[in-house]
Amino acid sequence: MGRMIEIRWHGRGGQGAKTASLLLAEAAFDTGKYVQGFPEYGPERMGAPITAYNRISDEPITIHSNIYEPDYVIVVDETLVSAVDVTAGLKKDGAIVINSAKDPEEFRPLLKGFEGKIYTIDARKISVEELGRYFPNVPMLGAIAKITKLMDEDAFIEAMERSFHHKFATKPHVIEGNMRALKRAMREVKGL
Amino acid sequence: MAIKDKLSGNEAIAVAMRQIDPDVVAAFPITPSTEVPQYFSQFVANGQVHTEFVAVESEHSAMSACIGAEAAGARTMTATSSQGLALMWEMLYIAASLRLPIVMSVINRALSGPINIHNDHSDSMGARDSGWIQLYCENNQEAYDNLIQAIRIAEHKDVQLPVMVCYDGFITSHAVENIELIEDEKVKEFIGEYKPQYSLLDRDNPISMGPLDMPAFYFEHKRAQAEAMKNAKRVILEVAQEFEKLTGRKYGYFEEYKMEDAEVGIVIMNSTAGTAKFVVNELRKQGIKAGLIKLRVFRPFPFEELGKALSHLKAVAIMDKAESFSTAGGPLFTEVRSAMFDYAKDTKAVSYIYGLGGRDVRPDEIMGVYKDLLEIARTGQVKSTFNYLGVRE
Repeated sequence: MGRMIEIRWHGRGGQGAKTASLLLAEAAFDTGKYVQGFPEYGPERMGAPITAYNRISDEPITIHSNIYEPDYVIVVDETLVSAVDVTAGLKKDGAIVINSAKDPEEFRPLLKGFEGKIYTIDARKISVEELGRYFPNVPMLGAIAKITKLMDEDAFIEAMERSFHHKFATKPHVIEGNMRALKRAMREVKGL
Repeated sequence: MAIKDKLSGNEAIAVAMRQIDPDVVAAFPITPSTEVPQYFSQFVANGQVHTEFVAVESEHSAMSACIGAEAAGARTMTATSSQGLALMWEMLYIAASLRLPIVMSVINRALSGPINIHNDHSDSMGARDSGWIQLYCENNQEAYDNLIQAIRIAEHKDVQLPVMVCYDGFITSHAVENIELIEDEKVKEFIGEYKPQYSLLDRDNPISMGPLDMPAFYFEHKRAQAEAMKNAKRVILEVAQEFEKLTGRKYGYFEEYKMEDAEVGIVIMNSTAGTAKFVVNELRKQGIKAGLIKLRVFRPFPFEELGKALSHLKAVAIMDKAESFSTAGGPLFTEVRSAMFDYAKDTKAVSYIYGLGGRDVRPDEIMGVYKDLLEIARTGQVKSTFNYLGVRE
């Protein structure tokens, strides 16, 4: 390792891309990494495109600019693929993960000649089935952890469970569903 | 044992305030500082602190309430940004001239207009002559560390001046990063109990504060205030030494990064210093002798120390995240260059104004500044003293 991994999240206001970037930072921290998780604040409102970022490294991170050449791009809302230049600066040997029921290669023609890996995860289906509501965050986190192999899978799952216990201290009944959604996403991500 | 955690800058500041447990916090919310009183008010509601939390109706009132509380002998803190700091303006001068050791986090944000919620240093730079001590922070760790040290600096009997702890809005305030926290009881022990030398509620030693000061005495009071600022220079280093014993983390007036053998360097403050360190490392890999100085203490200004630290460079860029409209460089540039006139006459100095209104500063742009400096070092010629970085012309 020793390399710094840079991740860019694309979502729409209200979908929790910012929270997801913070949760990923927390999980990576819990497995002993140096982390950054930060949103790019614009004139946010529900439904508007938003961007968030993660840096994850084995060494302390001092750089404080936005991320222009990410290793990974995560698209929380598939309608953004045609609305925003989601692969801008994405490294050739990098990967993009899209929240969609479609197969990864169906997106290739929309991604402006991007040659790297494409993955999809049906976060909506998983979320609705496991949580009864549409919160794409946790399935997306499961997918990105699986794809990046940044963290040991068991350590990641344990870290997420600890984080849920903290985050949902006042509503413990949702923890189990979130854990199921997380593990399912790690199994069901397409393109591996 | 230090506590390893991951917190945003605002969370770190709120935790430090919980550990400090001030007597009074008076605050009014403004982006991006809002989370500080928000998180802190939760600690108040949970009974984790004994603080009297005063939710005021404006920043002018926030600073006024802080002044009243501190004058009464209470350890007092607040936080603000941008227009909030601007609205405090007249009260800032009063807090300093009444010698009230209020500690305030300033979460740096551009001043209107046009209205902008993002980071630059125009707010705190505008307050540079208000008589407050100003500490600047690269990241969440430094914000936390500086806030704790600020209490000791402000309340020291030879200082008794308010302190602003300034860190970058959103970039630092809203980014989650690794941090090492100090145990609650060690923070308590470090800051000690607040025993004001003078206070309005000390009935055995009655005093008055803020009366009319005629020409017969006003000047002497200002001179005494300037002397206190001079004393702060000594106290800041003493407190830093004690803090290093506690945490192992070293603080001074400024951090010198790879400066020993550097031929070119930049002087910069806050979060962009971290990005610039990344660039210095890249340049060093290419064998280029680049360094940087990150200024921590802007008030009092380390005139001689900073001037001397730049004397061995061939060229230096002084970078301001604020426009002073002097047409002769930003506020940091004019002060650093003034120090260089006495202590680093042979070093060429250029000004860059960058990142206004939250314009992101990329490593390749800072690389461009070093390339310009290398050209100056090579030719001995400065083509352009006053420059802007990353703006469309």
